[in-house]
Amino acid sequence: MFFQHIKVRLAAIEYSDIFGRLTLEAFKHDAIEASVGISIIFGSIILVAVLTYYKLWTWLWTEWLTSVDHKKIGVMYLVVTVLMLFKGVVDALMMRAQQVLSVGDSFGYLTSSHYQQLFTAHGTTMIFFVAMGAVAALMNIIVPLQIGARDVAFPFLNNLSFWLFAVGASLLMVSLMIGEFSGAGWVGYPPLSGLEYNPGVGIDYWIWSLQISGIGSLLTGINFLVTIFKMRCPGMTLMKMPLFVWSVFNSVILIVFAFPILTATLAMLSLDRLLGMHFFTSDFGGSAMMYVNLIWAWGHPEVYILILPAFGVFSEVVATFSEKRLFGYVSMVWALISITILSFLVWLHHFFTMGAGPNVNTFFGFMTMIIAVPTGVKVFNWLFTMYKGKVHLTNPILWFLGFVFIFTIGGMTGVLMGVAPVDFQVHGSLFLIAHFHSMVVGGVLFGLIAGYVYWFPKIFGFKLNEKLGEYAWFCWMFGFLLTALPLYALGLMGATRRMDHYEASTGWAPLFVVAAIGAIIIFCGIGFQVLQLLVSFKERNKNRDLTGDPWNGRTLEWTTSSPPPVYNFAFIPEVKDRDAFWDQKQTGIPLHGEYKEIHMPKNTPLGFYIGVLSFTFSFGLIWYMMWLAAISFVGIVVCILLRLFDQHTDFYISAAEVKKIEEQTLKNKRFV
Amino acid sequence: MEPHELKDEPPQAVEYGTFKSYLIGFLVSVILVLGAYFITVTHLLSGLALDIGVSFMAVAQALVQLVLFFNLTREPKPRWNLVIFVFMVLIVLILVVGSIWIMHHLNYNMMLR
Amino acid sequence: MKQQFPDTHHDVSSTTIFGFWVYLMTDAVMFATFFATYVVLQGGTFGGPGIRDIVHLPFVLTETLLLLASSFTCGIAMLGVPKRETTKVIFWFFVTFVLGLIFLGMEFFEFNRLTADGHNWQTSAFLSAYFTLIGTHGLHIVAGLFFLPFFLAQLWRCGFSAAILRRLTCFRIYWQFIYLIWIFTFTIVYLIGVK
Repeated sequence: MFFQHIKVRLAAIEYSDIFGRLTLEAFKHDAIEASVGISIIFGSIILVAVLTYYKLWTWLWTEWLTSVDHKKIGVMYLVVTVLMLFKGVVDALMMRAQQVLSVGDSFGYLTSSHYQQLFTAHGTTMIFFVAMGAVAALMNIIVPLQIGARDVAFPFLNNLSFWLFAVGASLLMVSLMIGEFSGAGWVGYPPLSGLEYNPGVGIDYWIWSLQISGIGSLLTGINFLVTIFKMRCPGMTLMKMPLFVWSVFNSVILIVFAFPILTATLAMLSLDRLLGMHFFTSDFGGSAMMYVNLIWAWGHPEVYILILPAFGVFSEVVATFSEKRLFGYVSMVWALISITILSFLVWLHHFFTMGAGPNVNTFFGFMTMIIAVPTGVKVFNWLFTMYKGKVHLTNPILWFLGFVFIFTIGGMTGVLMGVAPVDFQVHGSLFLIAHFHSMVVGGVLFGLIAGYVYWFPKIFGFKLNEKLGEYAWFCWMFGFLLTALPLYALGLMGATRRMDHYEASTGWAPLFVVAAIGAIIIFCGIGFQVLQLLVSFKERNKNRDLTGDPWNGRTLEWTTSSPPPVYNFAFIPEVKDRDAFWDQKQTGIPLHGEYKEIHMPKNTPLGFYIGVLSFTFSFGLIWYMMWLAAISFVGIVVCILLRLFDQHTDFYISAAEVKKIEEQTLKNKRFV
Repeated sequence: MEPHELKDEPPQAVEYGTFKSYLIGFLVSVILVLGAYFITVTHLLSGLALDIGVSFMAVAQALVQLVLFFNLTREPKPRWNLVIFVFMVLIVLILVVGSIWIMHHLNYNMMLR
Repeated sequence: MKQQFPDTHHDVSSTTIFGFWVYLMTDAVMFATFFATYVVLQGGTFGGPGIRDIVHLPFVLTETLLLLASSFTCGIAMLGVPKRETTKVIFWFFVTFVLGLIFLGMEFFEFNRLTADGHNWQTSAFLSAYFTLIGTHGLHIVAGLFFLPFFLAQLWRCGFSAAILRRLTCFRIYWQFIYLIWIFTFTIVYLIGVK
């Protein structure tokens, strides 16, 4: 009866039993798409060949893919992030090129359909797989070290979260080769994203890519919330935590309370598409506006999830490189908390123009302006920290200074758009694009790059080349300004977003050329960063961090060796004050007694298996291969049961082995 | 061979509750369920009064169970479970009330129904 | 802000149960999204039946009382733990299971009746929202009923280990949480809807 109904619904669509709606058509692409797909396949083959030749498969499996060590999981996030950054930047360059060429009689080199997939993929990639990935990477590597813990609260879930993230990214990449991606923008508004207007696989790829990685993010949020609450070392009260940990704490609160909204909303959209429901259709009583409302109720907290850890990085970096305690610790904490709460009260500013009317618009506009205040407090506190400090103009400080300039401009345009009548003029224009890129590039990306440079020696054991880092910064800084400032102007002149062609009479073309040059300079900046990595690796013996404390740091992660041992701390630290390590340096490093054995969680392949099964589950639903989806689902349940009934999930590192590792490290350290 | 950092102890006693707390919680809940039901079917209250009355009874039932089933108030300090719960309620209220308010205005202005 | 002293001898139980509680909070927000959508779309009947036309209140009352009873028996089951009364624990969890199963059966019956009458989730936005909200709650019940026998089997074979207690405690708060959600479903969807 009720189940027959499901079958009847699906029978309305053309599909075969085994292959669903997957046909050879799915593999046919135009020249540009095909070349990208071929490069990916080619690159993968080379990777497999290298791994096989150097006999690295076992090492990869046992040391990395099945690892539950937060430091290794963090590095894996970083690897996927960098790969996705490359893809996202290529998307951007292609769009810039199109907008230079597609004027008047010329329609550029991309079809409209391809262009739509580009801007959708660019946004999706950058938000979900670059920014979220980089945040997850830094959170994973640094938070347990900064709170004096040996690992996170749930190491297996941590590994699983990584694999769900990787699967989300994989679905996006596979859509390049099999089928197509969504062309409905990175937030996918219905009815365009509904079944009637987009019956193909693109939207479904997008939905499942976000849904799977979203569950990974949610699990990470829960994991780190519990870790920070429950696993701080003795003496580290909340008000003694490093600011980075505070920023991550607030970020995960946002994750925990906002991501379920995304899960539910995407579920409803996929129910509309898969089972013919009418949540967001334009007829049968549905409301596409409800989707817009819900997606932004998630979407606004999402952008704060990204920026808060970047703020946390700057708090660490500015204090360390000014050799001065962070100014106004308590106000910084309260600023973070206020931003967190307020970020749940502004979401309508993403759709002022949808027509809720003056009362509603005014309330949300007002809240939008208020949220700038705690952010301003933070910027001033960082500057006050540097004032009369012994400032070292290191690479991370350069990124901070670039952030102050770009983020402030972007922030001011945000407050400007918080005034609804102004927003009515610039909503959906390039002015908006320039604003949020100032925030995510100048804010999130610069912060995460600063964190990457700052903590690189801790993670990998050697410093990055300073000169090349400076060249990279210079390119990013001026490349970004060159690409964004024209966009602000264009937006005010009436240029809309997602535009693949415009008339020559608008006179916009020269500004688009300038923007394209800026994008190319940014690409050179990335080139310098790649070069920096290669050169630093080659010169790693010259740049080794032997003491574990290359920057004369203030917080606990710098008390460990670089890289830290698998158990982080042989003795759980005891903390008396903020900037715990700095405090220890002033008052004397505490002595410890006998080494003890350490209890550690075992590696496990189940996270990987659940990841793979999530991929096949999604692929099955996307292509209507229901048997594949069903088997995968059963497989996932079986894996969960296997994990639940596994009684041997940990092991001990003997005291003798701990002693061996520690004594080797002590030989190198400065303060003995 | 005893681990020093991780203690694999059974959950603390406060997690179990007592027979008395469950019985009282159950009986009060039954009364609230039946009460709300009868107010509705006999039309003892109607319109907005019914909405408010019945909602009030729902919230009361939830609170009774949070105290008597979940032992939320007997948690030792720091009461993180309680703090997180209250925060969740705040977010839920913002989401639900906010959405209803927004959608009501949108539907009115955009003449959807 | 007062001094917060961290829980440094972090026993695995309190960390796991706390983490599970946080997960339940995320579940609550997810349900809130479905609730908000239901409230907004309940008028979208597209000329078809509204909530008043499809609901039988006495039926829903019975469902509610059954689920409430199972929430109670679930708590009673855990009371057998301090004295390691295996039979008592398993018996009362079994009763919980049966009550939950009857609840599920009743919901299934109602869904069948609706679709047989031609009111399915494709008929209107209201029905999509209704089936999804009630259905999601029902799926949570299914998940609970699925895992419970495994936990009980573990208890039967291996006795009262810390791990099994952790799981049963998580199950208890999960099961009682599901009833909390139902209180609001009962009130908002059925009582307020039908007035």
